Amino acid sequence: MDYQSSELCRFTTAGSVDDGKSTLIGRMLYDSKSIFQDQMEQIEASSLRRGESEVNLALLTDGLKSEREQGITIDVAYRYFATPKRKFIIADTPGHIQYTRNMVTGASTANVALVLVDARNGVVEQTRRHAIIASLLQIPHLVVCINKMDLVDYSEDAYEKIKEDFEKFAAKLDVKDVHFIPISALKGDNVVHRSDRMDWYDGSTLMYYLENVHIASDYNFIDSRFPVQYVVRPNTDEHHDYRGYAGRIAGGIMKKGDEVIVLPSGFTSKIKKIDSFDGELQEAFPPMSVTVLLEDDIDISRGDMIVRANNQPEITQDIDVMISWFNDRPLAPRGKYTIMHTTQEARCMIKEVKYRLDINTLHRDLENKEIKMNDIARVTLRTTKPLFVDAYRKNRITGSIILVDEGTNETVGAGMII
Amino acid sequence: MDYQLNHLRELESESIFILREVAAQFENPVLMFSGGKDSILMVYLAQKAFYPGKIPFPLLHIDTGHNFDETIAYRDALVEKTGARLVVGSVQEAIDKGMVVEEKGVNASRNGLQTVALLEALEKGKYDAALGGARRDEEKARAKERFFSHRDEFGQWDPKNQRPELWNLFNAKKQFGEHFRVFPISNWTELDVWQYLAMEEVELPSLYYAHKRMVFERDGVLLADCDYIQKKPGEVVKEMMVRCRTIGDMTCTGVWPSNATTTKDIIEEVATTRMTERGGRTDDKRSETAMEDRKKKGYF
Repeated sequence: MDYQSSELCRFTTAGSVDDGKSTLIGRMLYDSKSIFQDQMEQIEASSLRRGESEVNLALLTDGLKSEREQGITIDVAYRYFATPKRKFIIADTPGHIQYTRNMVTGASTANVALVLVDARNGVVEQTRRHAIIASLLQIPHLVVCINKMDLVDYSEDAYEKIKEDFEKFAAKLDVKDVHFIPISALKGDNVVHRSDRMDWYDGSTLMYYLENVHIASDYNFIDSRFPVQYVVRPNTDEHHDYRGYAGRIAGGIMKKGDEVIVLPSGFTSKIKKIDSFDGELQEAFPPMSVTVLLEDDIDISRGDMIVRANNQPEITQDIDVMISWFNDRPLAPRGKYTIMHTTQEARCMIKEVKYRLDINTLHRDLENKEIKMNDIARVTLRTTKPLFVDAYRKNRITGSIILVDEGTNETVGAGMII
Repeated sequence: MDYQLNHLRELESESIFILREVAAQFENPVLMFSGGKDSILMVYLAQKAFYPGKIPFPLLHIDTGHNFDETIAYRDALVEKTGARLVVGSVQEAIDKGMVVEEKGVNASRNGLQTVALLEALEKGKYDAALGGARRDEEKARAKERFFSHRDEFGQWDPKNQRPELWNLFNAKKQFGEHFRVFPISNWTELDVWQYLAMEEVELPSLYYAHKRMVFERDGVLLADCDYIQKKPGEVVKEMMVRCRTIGDMTCTGVWPSNATTTKDIIEEVATTRMTERGGRTDDKRSETAMEDRKKKGYF
């Protein structure tokens, strides 16, 4: 296989134990021949020990001791498989209500979200919750897998009804690209291999979709954003005056000779060189890690941002975010937290909780504004110093923040800038 | 539009980002170097991350005293080439000091004792972050590991209470005395590592390529014949063409029958193999949750 032209695609799966999510992942790994013999022997032995009659593919995705004992998934688990076209990273997240935080975590870097629906039950509360999270986290592509088609006699009517229900509901969401695929993870229909039991369906299999969905433009290639991560100063005889700004391109295409402005100082300069271990580059784009050198000697440090003078982010201390709360201790109104944004760090105060979002109905609750673990809310923050932000819709990297508790150091919330 | 990285370049960029984040957010990081291909990859990526500067942290090697000679020779040459500083923690020293007791019997291994020597070395060096080359595809407990993995003052991992990690935002805050383990190549698979090393033409220790060696079989795993392993009656030593898929110390590293003498052969072999690379590690075979149990105690 020509591995040098293969792309990386990240997707997230959400669904409860009963939706057959683990079976689906097991099926994808199994049918794409990504399960090794010793792994297979291990789960065969476990299945036998548990008194199960068939090999339980779901066991492949259970990692921790307590998970296998309780038959549930506790944390985000990452799985890997590759086909000749793409390498896939699956963020496998548990579906139960108390684990919204894991779904949000898995969704934050995904190109594609798989939402599982049990064909017998149709669109339920949990389906809506997953779709809302995918929409809030701006996952570019959403695939609704209508699973267990074998249990509804592969009925086109059942599929159409669910599709219609979901579309009606999705009209209220901010999702750009939705696909529907009827599957049976257990029997293997339309997962990797085309089903011959659903002649009425002429769309692609799930695997074909994942291999071909257009993900190249999921990054922002318009608005140049370069958060300075680390300053490279070798201080050797050979590189005596070398001063390079290392970082990962967060947006736009940067070229040698570009006129740039450095935030927050406002000094302007030109890109003298884009450097890397493999030699000088003429241009760089997301998500490349490079080192940028400027024509002029300007004082720049970690947390500064290099952008184009005619296309700047918003420079602000007042930020409106949709926040997802992760901690046992509720969000403290007027509370102070550390805020992390790109390579910047500041302190911030919660100025106002505007509403709590019911993630099953999208209802905005203006009355009960206590924000507990797994809640999502719209809040206003005031930071101790200006941040250089874009709306999350425009750029997932410069539009996201996390909040850290100053006492426990835990990551307590994640926010999407509005 | 042609602005698309292939999967290896994207993984490379992600790992370089993590390495730079470690240099920026910690005061005294260290890179755990085992001599295996994953830690060789780590050193290579670190060179890229800080080019043209030197790697801004030392390499830490926990020496079990039961190493393959090739490992040590390669390590010393690499240190010479990169100009990195090398720190060695010794399991033999921990045994001599009476901190640990050596395992007895035919399956005796110093693998478990490494944890003690490692924690001792981390404490002695006052390191606040230890970079490791563990990958999530290696083992089921590792599938749930974070890039930035928080450890308490005893070096323990609490898998149920991990910090959520979102986007490119890594929270490295900690209390005094706590430290982090950081895994920049979490998202790489064994095949990715080989493809990348081939693409970049990185030279590896000869152990990874097929060579003739005296070996014997135990519990379905081929082990190299050496002074450190007691043979049971009936275990027959014979010469075979083999190579290592992982390199640990000699007592727990299985070798595989193989004729792959070039990196290209190895990629082909890895792409079609039906066994995971840790299938040859006797330390993982001790129980179904052997890795999870060791990790909680501070194994890397």
